[in-house]
Amino acid sequence: MKRFIGFIKKEFYHIFRDRRSLFILFGMPIAQIMLFGFAITNEINNVDIAILDHSKDATTEAIINKISNSKYFSVKQFLDQESDIEAVFKKGKVKAVLNFENDFSKNLIKDHNAKIQILTDATDPNTANSISNYINAILSQYQKELNKDSNVAYQVIPQSRMVYNPELKSVYMFVPGVMTVILMLVSAMMTSISITREKELGTMEILLVSPLKPIQVIIGKVFPYIFLSIINAIVIVLLSIFIFKMPIQGSLVLLALESVLFIITALALGILISTVSATQQTAMMISLMGLMLPVILLSGFIFPISSMPLPLQVISNIIPAKWFNIIIKAIMLKGVGIQYIWKETLILIGMSLFFIAVSVKKYKIRLE
Amino acid sequence: MNTNKVIQVEGLTKMFGDFAAVNAITFDVEKGEIFGFLGANGAGKTTAMKMLIGISNPTSGKANVAGFDVFKNAEAIKKSIGYMSQKFALYDDLTVKENISFFGGIYGLSRKRIKKKSEILIEELGLEDVANKLVGSLPLGWKQKLSFSVSLLHDPKIVFLDEPTGGVDPITRRQFWEMIYKAAHQGTTVFVTTHYMDEAEYCDRVSIMVNGKIEALDTPKKLKEQFKVDHMNDVFLKLARG
Amino acid sequence: MKTILYIIQKEFKQIFRNKGMLPIIFVMPILQLVILSNAATFEVKNIKFGYIDNDNTSTSRALIEKFTASTYFNVLSDFNSEVEASSAMLKGDIDVVLDIPQNFNHNLQKEKYNNLGITINAIDGAAAGVENVYVTQIIKRFNKDLKVDLLQVSDQQIQTVTIESIPLFWFNKTLNYKTYMVPGILVLLVTMITLFLSGMNIVREKEIGTLEQINVTPIKKSQFIIGKLFPFWIIGLGLLTIGLTLARLIFNVPMLGSLGLMYLYTSIYILVILGIGLFISNFTDTQQQAMFISWFFVVIFILMSGLFTPIESMPYWAQKVTEFNPVKHFVEVMRMIMLKGSNLNDIGPQLLKTALYAFIMNGLAVWSYKKTN
Repeated sequence: MKRFIGFIKKEFYHIFRDRRSLFILFGMPIAQIMLFGFAITNEINNVDIAILDHSKDATTEAIINKISNSKYFSVKQFLDQESDIEAVFKKGKVKAVLNFENDFSKNLIKDHNAKIQILTDATDPNTANSISNYINAILSQYQKELNKDSNVAYQVIPQSRMVYNPELKSVYMFVPGVMTVILMLVSAMMTSISITREKELGTMEILLVSPLKPIQVIIGKVFPYIFLSIINAIVIVLLSIFIFKMPIQGSLVLLALESVLFIITALALGILISTVSATQQTAMMISLMGLMLPVILLSGFIFPISSMPLPLQVISNIIPAKWFNIIIKAIMLKGVGIQYIWKETLILIGMSLFFIAVSVKKYKIRLE
Repeated sequence: MNTNKVIQVEGLTKMFGDFAAVNAITFDVEKGEIFGFLGANGAGKTTAMKMLIGISNPTSGKANVAGFDVFKNAEAIKKSIGYMSQKFALYDDLTVKENISFFGGIYGLSRKRIKKKSEILIEELGLEDVANKLVGSLPLGWKQKLSFSVSLLHDPKIVFLDEPTGGVDPITRRQFWEMIYKAAHQGTTVFVTTHYMDEAEYCDRVSIMVNGKIEALDTPKKLKEQFKVDHMNDVFLKLARG
Repeated sequence: MKTILYIIQKEFKQIFRNKGMLPIIFVMPILQLVILSNAATFEVKNIKFGYIDNDNTSTSRALIEKFTASTYFNVLSDFNSEVEASSAMLKGDIDVVLDIPQNFNHNLQKEKYNNLGITINAIDGAAAGVENVYVTQIIKRFNKDLKVDLLQVSDQQIQTVTIESIPLFWFNKTLNYKTYMVPGILVLLVTMITLFLSGMNIVREKEIGTLEQINVTPIKKSQFIIGKLFPFWIIGLGLLTIGLTLARLIFNVPMLGSLGLMYLYTSIYILVILGIGLFISNFTDTQQQAMFISWFFVVIFILMSGLFTPIESMPYWAQKVTEFNPVKHFVEVMRMIMLKGSNLNDIGPQLLKTALYAFIMNGLAVWSYKKTN
């Protein structure tokens, strides 16, 4: 045991002596969470649009005012003819064009019906769809105002209550997501690199012939990184509370325990990667190329998993980040206790054990 | 300038902050000489050598290597010297032949010349059987001999060897020194650092560095007389202990 | 020139000899392109829906029927109480709950209107907004039916006006997000591979000790850098070619613009990334440091590229920051050429910016590589 503690101490010295790496390890996640917390949002905001108004009457003016007064859109330019539309889209200047038909007001009075085309640049279909929905919402609001005197008979009025995030802030979605991505990648990357580094430098052999058991060697190597990752997690949580005003509805202790569990899962994955790679280069490429996009895309951090095609929903189950993302949002925003997230917790425990078991087996095979 | 002197150093100094790693050293090396550059670990040998081969900027002093000034013309020196570092520095993931042709190529040798040189070299080292094997799979002794030969590939005027025999067995060391003698015999000046004192006896002249300064410089024989001892080892110990 | 060839030859040999790396360089990106392009949709569907029917009349059932019929909602459960429903939502089993009050039908007949409680899990604010729109639309349709069913002769017919909006989605009529994501993810993969490989390259030689051996040779700085860059440049373009072919064959992504223009832009773009990679490599002492720094930039490049979240939504300062993100320009250009058929004139500004960027980064890379310390 004494030897083991001595070994862990040596690992700490290694890490703390490399000031530059230390700075990178702590500075970068903070910089990232600050940047992303402020900058990343899928809300529609200040989208540049153009107007092609064939009527130029009081009603169309009222509608244009409504739209440009909303925080969602800013009217960038007025077009004169249909043929201008393609040009503005191709230059990428505006994302949508509103096309009012001729005699808009007149039609509204005479036929009780007038038409607007909402043209969107759907090369980005996700945004195009949202833009279209938002404009529609503004239009139906306006329509309601027009109809307010003619009380419609028999109607059900939906009273929607947005729970857990009443203001629909996207930061509630992204801060936990970024935290998941950072913890996952940093932890897996650090362990896989530090272990393969010893292999490459040949110092692993020295450790393995020492009286320390292989499992002790691995734990000793990983231990300092558990510590570092926990500090990282604490800093991120503090930032989300004090800078991004995220609520922590649930228990902080539970949040801490679950974070430690997730860090262990990620580190175990790092160990597994190190057993299959011979050089640092390979380890890094696997943990970066192999994990980065799957973690970002399949963890539910940006894109809702339930909307994905079925095979991808199945694949997403093997991404540890997905489960942690569910857990962390449930604790922070829903304020639930372990009785609601025990399933996800067990899955993470199972994954960690699996990664460790496979790594131990691989190490044994090599040693024999 | 005396044309027989291929290395001329005067008051050469390298500071790291306040610490003088190399403190105003002065010496000359003659053409065709085997010059032993001795010192304990951390005495400043490697730092001094790195200034001479143009990969470390000196702080002050004067130095001229193969006719070029290390301050103004470091890049020009590189054409006329060969270098073998302490750490094995050929590519483990290239074969013996590929390493030879790569280094020949960046020294600007013609294809024909590279081909001929590598044939001779492989034969001399007895590496025919492993010529197409990755260098990483060779034993250390072979690697060292190969990297010495590669440093001579472009027929440099001077070859710098930084502890070339570290970690190899006595037989290989013996063979290695035979290679050094052969190179010197063909007119190449050899500048070698070592901390094996028996190897110091093989050198024409040796200098001994202590704490960044050259404390002794002469032939091994004269040094032993001067310090009244039988072995270079004792000379070294006397100096190192002050 | 000959010297450069020797370096290129050596680099290629080393890359292709590393059996562990080959699948990572070529297979992994392709797999990710094919699989992950399907993931990136903001479309909201299969909404996990549950209801509490306290009324249990034909009217309330008719309302529930409307939700069952909708393709957006996945009607999963009916709850007996609000407590039950909120517990299911806490567990994450349900995202939208419809709460039909007692006497729903009765009140509707009597008062002509009735309130209806909808609870939506809003952690994903954007999705919640869309879910709310869907719910409102369904209820609107329900109201229309009500009018027909319940309208009595005594009721006066009142004419209301409608503004009919016709959405038209240009360049991608069916809102197929894959058309958009495949080029985008391809950009990310090309960027990641070239940045990681070049970022690790020189620092790796530094760590093994071979860089010192190179530094004592008379090779010129620029020769060395060009020789090192070239293989990765080829790998990047190779990856682009494979990716574009797959985009066409598997995802049927159109290629409206000129392929030549695509390659022209990409060849300059990869130079930017390689320049950044070598610059990082020169400034670090170990591969580990180089990797962390590359990782830091890649995450920023990816999340601030406008690929996953729209740039227009970012605060003004962040939009300015994205100007320095090469990936942002590449995503933009790729989309413009492939999906809009933009020509050299249209992408001119981006091309110029990228070329300038490439010039600066490679200048910095050559400058920061010091043969003498």
